[in-house]
Amino acid sequence: MSIRNVISFLGQQRLWAFFCLIIPIVSQAAVNGETRTITISLTEEPPQLNSMKATDQVSIFVLGHLMEGLVRYDRRGRLVPGVAKSWDVQDLDYTFQLRDDARWSDGKPVTAHDFVFSWRNALDPGTASEYAFILYAVKNGEAINKGERPITDLGIHALDDHTLVVTLERPTAYFLKLCAFASYLPVQEDMVRAKGDRYAADAGDFLMNGPFKLEDWVHGASLRMIKNEHYWDRDNIFLNEINADYITSDTRARLNLFLDDKIAYTSLDGDTYKDALANQLRIRSFITGSVFFLEYNHRDGRLTSNLNLRRAIQYAYDADEMVNKVLATPGNLPGISVFPVWLDGVEGKFRDEYPAPKAERNIVRAREYLARAKEELGGDIPPLILLVGDSPTASKQAEYIQGELLNNLGLDIRIDKQIFKQRLAKMTSGDFDIVGAGWGPDFDDIMTFGDLFASWNLNNRGRYNNPDYDQHVRTAMNSVDTLTRMEAMANAQQILFDDAVVLPQYEQGVIYLLHPKLRGVVRRVTGVDPDFTRARILP
Amino acid sequence: MFRYIAKRLLAGVITIWFIATATFFAMHAVPGDPLMNDRAVSDEVRRNLEARYGLDKPLGEQYIIFISNMLRGDFGISFTQQNRRVNDIIREHFPVSAILGILAIIIAALGGILWGALTALYRNRLPDILIMLLVILGISVPGFVFAATGQLALVHVNAIFGVKVLPVAGWGTFSHMLMPALVLGLGTMALLTRLMRTSMIDVMGEDYIRTAHAKGLSKQRIFLRHQLRNAILPVVTVLGPQISAITTGGFVVEYVFAIPGLGRYFVQAVQQLDYTVIMGTTVFYGAFLVLMVILVDILYGFIDPRVRVSA
Repeated sequence: MSIRNVISFLGQQRLWAFFCLIIPIVSQAAVNGETRTITISLTEEPPQLNSMKATDQVSIFVLGHLMEGLVRYDRRGRLVPGVAKSWDVQDLDYTFQLRDDARWSDGKPVTAHDFVFSWRNALDPGTASEYAFILYAVKNGEAINKGERPITDLGIHALDDHTLVVTLERPTAYFLKLCAFASYLPVQEDMVRAKGDRYAADAGDFLMNGPFKLEDWVHGASLRMIKNEHYWDRDNIFLNEINADYITSDTRARLNLFLDDKIAYTSLDGDTYKDALANQLRIRSFITGSVFFLEYNHRDGRLTSNLNLRRAIQYAYDADEMVNKVLATPGNLPGISVFPVWLDGVEGKFRDEYPAPKAERNIVRAREYLARAKEELGGDIPPLILLVGDSPTASKQAEYIQGELLNNLGLDIRIDKQIFKQRLAKMTSGDFDIVGAGWGPDFDDIMTFGDLFASWNLNNRGRYNNPDYDQHVRTAMNSVDTLTRMEAMANAQQILFDDAVVLPQYEQGVIYLLHPKLRGVVRRVTGVDPDFTRARILP
Repeated sequence: MFRYIAKRLLAGVITIWFIATATFFAMHAVPGDPLMNDRAVSDEVRRNLEARYGLDKPLGEQYIIFISNMLRGDFGISFTQQNRRVNDIIREHFPVSAILGILAIIIAALGGILWGALTALYRNRLPDILIMLLVILGISVPGFVFAATGQLALVHVNAIFGVKVLPVAGWGTFSHMLMPALVLGLGTMALLTRLMRTSMIDVMGEDYIRTAHAKGLSKQRIFLRHQLRNAILPVVTVLGPQISAITTGGFVVEYVFAIPGLGRYFVQAVQQLDYTVIMGTTVFYGAFLVLMVILVDILYGFIDPRVRVSA
């Protein structure tokens, strides 16, 4: 090929057009201080952006950036006014004054009627919202959700466009905290009626009243959130755009994107943690607020309904070893109580004020309990079924427990590994002896964990039933006096230990990477996490 | 030819019906259901959800409803994304998988034919040994390893050059497609290389090749017109199933490269027991596979006239 041929070949426009396609036109960086843009990734496509039905973390994360309820949390975790500028409490009545300048993304004002419509609708049994129970704090909420009363009986009324009166079912000390939850967000009636089943299915199919609005949503690929010019506090919002450009649950892929300066935040797991260390990245850690425990099957006739057997396991187990040797990533705390360390008590933290009783590993004592259990159960103990999820971490933990109980107590454990829905089915029907379970908080009050083992709680899948425990839960539920509530919960904590109702394993921590120029990103145990709404970019 | 095609189409329809029925009953036989979730719901809410999705009816009736809806091309609403129709999910995400798959197939077919022919020409010499070594790697190493290494390689390349040579993940431009398509096509390329090599060696020993040489034809002409064309036949045969395997089996690549393809929904649906999405994607993929096999059979007839005659 002569030089002339080469030149004429390179001169072809079509050839260059082809190369232009190959080279990305605009390469979006993880953070851009000039345009005030950040790019992030999501672990999955938000399954449900209809706030009345949303249940999962990703949807609640996105909604937290797009919407605002009566109140919201500030960066220090305090409740601050949101759509409500002030409120007034009298016994069971809460009167909220809504601000005049709260607007939907179409410019229309957010009114008290939007809350009335939303709360009624979320409780309407026809909506079939899985999180409806969180609205049971409102008068007649439960009866409506069970179809026993019409939705108009709900204890929420709009006195005028900007005055909202809520009547509670019973004294609820943490009601304001509930108001920050996704199910309590307002929705605009006209929009819901116009869109019907497709409400919130696409960017144009719902209205937002929060700091950002959803500009663009390519399913499975990206969500573009831009600053909402109608948001009342827009002057305090620094970011112009949050682009969720990548959707993948693969932590390694996200680490690679982070290394390539494509995303500003990513969480790590055991494998990627080592790579992040090798790359000398600053690794941060955070307590997610969730507690993981082994839940026993307390149903009659089950071996694990025997107290001495449960106690034997309690004393044969070491939570520190689980955290340090089995989980082996930083951030997790050994599980001692069902009530995690971050819960507020009377003045300080609950766990500081009411230290959880702890069973130090004591094999001799464990074997004594086991001997008693064998006597009561009439001889040798047949294999116990340990039901766990199918993740690698769950398997690792199950094998560790299996080994421990065999070595220390000679107990034979059969591991039953199941995918999510099947595990749930078996948990609900009681087809297990011990199940690897966990609980994440819905709101930041002790009651989100407190009533977990109450006899009426549907999430009490081990069917633990103790009238004393129930009584303490009722006391805490029906009081607004902090001391009374905490005393009751401390008693509950003691019962959970004495009865060895569950075996706490660990309090979950996450480790994550954050772009060094990004400031003001808030991590939370409940609600929007991580919260980028008021993040800033350093120059 | 028409009868041949009609017969194949009829068999295809029966196959799809069988796939749909087997999947439907297997799926319902699995313990648990899509309505179960982390947070237990009240009986009333559950009843309403069951009614919305028709799960309150007996299984036989559900099956009849499903089949009649399927015949009208309606797969219902997803359980995990309660405001999205399964048809929309397929319509929006299958093209992504298809583009990726087609690109991967092009890469795999071109590469496979080229490397296969090359190894046959250099049989038992260094290029042959080298390429066959790589082929064994390509067949035995699982796709997610290629995906992860391919992506990591891009991170390093981008870091070395200081500019973004190719994006690490994501979807949108042609440059986003190159690495995932290459990774996705590698296994098939290796397979096709082996196939092409064997078939090429067979052809090279045929009498008509010797005749061609004796006629004094040029080497290039023999290679292109006689050897390649005849050797390519077995490759085309496996291309059909491979096309569907690639377009449907790309979910690992889709995960790693954050690509909004249908493969991801296909796998997630099974994990979530999302009945409607499982049925929609399985029937769709099943139909796609059947169609590809039929297409290849027809294509085969064009390449090799003998097939047409015997059919």
